[in-house]
Amino acid sequence: MTFFFEVLISGLLVGVMYSLVAMGFALIYKASGVFNFAQGDMSLLAGLALVGFLTVMPLWLALLCTFAVMTILAYGTVFIIFRPLVARPPLILFMAAIGLSFLIQGIGQAIWGTDAKGLNIGIPEISFEISGIYLNTFDLTFGGVATALVAGLVWFFQKTRTGRALRAVADDHEAALSVGIPLLRAWAVTWVIAGIVATVAGVAWGSRLGVQFSLSLIALKALPVLILGGIDSILGAILAGLLIGASENLAEVFIGPYVGGGIQTFFPYLVALIVLWFKPYGMFGKEIIERV
Amino acid sequence: MEQASLLKVNNIEVIYEHVILVLKGVSLEVPHGSIVSLLGANGAGKTTTLKAISNLVKAERGEVTKGTVEFEGKRIDKMYAPQVVKLGVIQIMEGRRTFEHLTVEDDLLTGAYTRGHDYKGIKEALKMVYDYFPRLVDRRTAKTGYISGGEMQMCAIGRALMAKPKLMLLDEPSMGLAPLLVEEIFEIIVRLNKEENVAMLLAEQNAAMALQYAHYGYIMENGRVVLDGDSETLKDNADVREFYLGLTEIGKKSYRDVKHYKRRKRWLA
Repeated sequence: MTFFFEVLISGLLVGVMYSLVAMGFALIYKASGVFNFAQGDMSLLAGLALVGFLTVMPLWLALLCTFAVMTILAYGTVFIIFRPLVARPPLILFMAAIGLSFLIQGIGQAIWGTDAKGLNIGIPEISFEISGIYLNTFDLTFGGVATALVAGLVWFFQKTRTGRALRAVADDHEAALSVGIPLLRAWAVTWVIAGIVATVAGVAWGSRLGVQFSLSLIALKALPVLILGGIDSILGAILAGLLIGASENLAEVFIGPYVGGGIQTFFPYLVALIVLWFKPYGMFGKEIIERV
Repeated sequence: MEQASLLKVNNIEVIYEHVILVLKGVSLEVPHGSIVSLLGANGAGKTTTLKAISNLVKAERGEVTKGTVEFEGKRIDKMYAPQVVKLGVIQIMEGRRTFEHLTVEDDLLTGAYTRGHDYKGIKEALKMVYDYFPRLVDRRTAKTGYISGGEMQMCAIGRALMAKPKLMLLDEPSMGLAPLLVEEIFEIIVRLNKEENVAMLLAEQNAAMALQYAHYGYIMENGRVVLDGDSETLKDNADVREFYLGLTEIGKKSYRDVKHYKRRKRWLA
């Protein structure tokens, strides 16, 4: 039983990671209808930038500079790439996002090189044991930061004027514009938030596995999470991320041996497929309120 | 009328997607404190005219290519839509367009976005909206996607009111509402016009209703204004009576006898 919990918890911690990436997707999709294929690359860019800045400055300043990079990226993306594409079909926006994905990878490589780098932001990694289950301080710290981030975002969206405006934009672009909400600026703010989320994900992942270009591939792992949770639901992204993280780990350990192992890589997609059959909008996808 | 104009639209042309000419030279004026109606059939260009004024055409890849729009003597046709709202011109779009996943109160508050952090003013405005639309008080915490069509229209008008407008551009406020509700909405529009001194430019297909409440009217066809005059004059115009009010000298007329194409040709020439 202890073993079960250990597998579960390590799965959940990976799940937090998926949650963060999927949340970035959901935020941008909700606000602007762009399926942001570059979400993983944003994590990569944040990781690379932080590693780069850390070589010449203290941590707090490096984090600030990384944040600045993500903000510039957000505004640049919205005002340069997406402004001319306002009111274009979703497929065109998606293609633009794929382009952006490669652009970010290219720029990252050009500035910081292609080799994998270690990232150490000084969070201690001390293992300890609670009733037979091993935990470590790094994972717990990261879990705490992610939880705080989510709580902060919920507060921001529900209670502030800008948050309300962003929710309005997510519901109806044109109506939001008609009441005087500047659409492009609202989108840029959303991209900044997605950038912050990507930074947290990038730093956490990078500290554990090193900052390398495979980091951008976590975007692909976010896809089944989005399908399970519903592509435009923040809550769905969080819960589904945890669920996918935990279930893929459990499946690997408990079912894997019977089928020769290695099911972790495709198990989430299998779940996604089954979800698509029965709940095409996911667990929490925006119910389309239809008046009858 | 000349000096007192709040809004002056000067011979504007609107082109969508660089090729589709929708408005072919529309001019109209809205004097201070008046209700002006814009009548016409489907596709006549009423909505585009309103969107050209509020500058929402740009969000639909449209553009005002000729002519000017002046509000209080200032050109607004090159502005970004939120700036126009800030100046006091707000459009209430066709089909209500409330934010369906927001509560009624949150929806109303989005209308005050351009007023920034003027919390006191916004609170007063909210109270005023609830005074005009007491029905919304009970629905305050309901999502607008689940309230009735009439309540949605009230919410949309209330939301616009939150921006402290000087001119409201109303696009088909009567659409899809029961006749009694339409009357209620129009009564409130008239009250807002008198009590809050908000001028109204009202696009309507319901000509009888619009002419009853508006002071002045313009009739559009095929992207042009074909006729204008004060409401009384328009009501007496033989063509208006026949095409828009369904009346003739003998009273109601059967649709079978109407020869639209012949009579309409005269206006276009």
